[in-house]
Amino acid sequence: MRIDCPLCGSRDRREFYYQGAAVALARPAPDAGEAAWDDYLHLRDNPAGQTRELWHHEGGCSAWLVVTRDTVSHEISRVVLATDAREAGA
Amino acid sequence: MVELTAKTACDGLLPLIIGDAELVEVAAGALTSLAPLGDAAGLGAALEKVHGLRWPDPLRATGKQGLRCIWFGRGEALLMGPVPDPALADHGAVVDQSDAWAVVQLKGLAAVDVLARLVPVDLREASFKRGHSLRTQLYHMSASITKTGADSFMILVFRSMAATLVHDMKTAMEAVAARG
Repeated sequence: MRIDCPLCGSRDRREFYYQGAAVALARPAPDAGEAAWDDYLHLRDNPAGQTRELWHHEGGCSAWLVVTRDTVSHEISRVVLATDAREAGA
Repeated sequence: MVELTAKTACDGLLPLIIGDAELVEVAAGALTSLAPLGDAAGLGAALEKVHGLRWPDPLRATGKQGLRCIWFGRGEALLMGPVPDPALADHGAVVDQSDAWAVVQLKGLAAVDVLARLVPVDLREASFKRGHSLRTQLYHMSASITKTGADSFMILVFRSMAATLVHDMKTAMEAVAARG
């Protein structure tokens, strides 16, 4: 498995650390209420198909990446820097 | 008063010459991490003004031995050689890391074959040329690798890993040499 780091290019999976679903980019406001925070902290989708995840390129450029991956085929369709994804409002 | 003598990271371990590969320690001078913290253009301009060095693009290095700046990851570069001018600190984080890294040079015709055994990135001439620099793993260690000449690579790992680096490199150099 290889991941196309936007900075480093195509790299082996061993250089990356998996963090989880990319929900951390959409942190609710402090006063968003219990439901929003419960959802943010605890509730995760478990799709058979495309999912967005956070990976850390710890053995490379140290960037956080948003990786769009298909959980059925493991095909990676998109990789962007987490900062870019956040600015794009994702 | 006890007299303390400064030792280099690979003191007593290098040089090492095996087959067509030679591993030597590099006296790189001061090592300084530069991180823009939002003012990348300002820090780049300041670096050019006070040290005459261009800010390196990702996967690149600028300057030469003794006065070098290498890309060191997202939003970070490593200034190698001079003591940093205080003016740099107006534009970002300037952190002395001189004693934190072991700096070695691997050279010789077999150098690229030796690294191929340890590094999960293609470092052959076609894709990794002089002036190119990258962060990757060398065996299990976080490393920075810069191509400094036709058959010459500069390698940085954490200083605490210096003996491990020499051990792993020695093993790979012996294995390549054994193939003749």
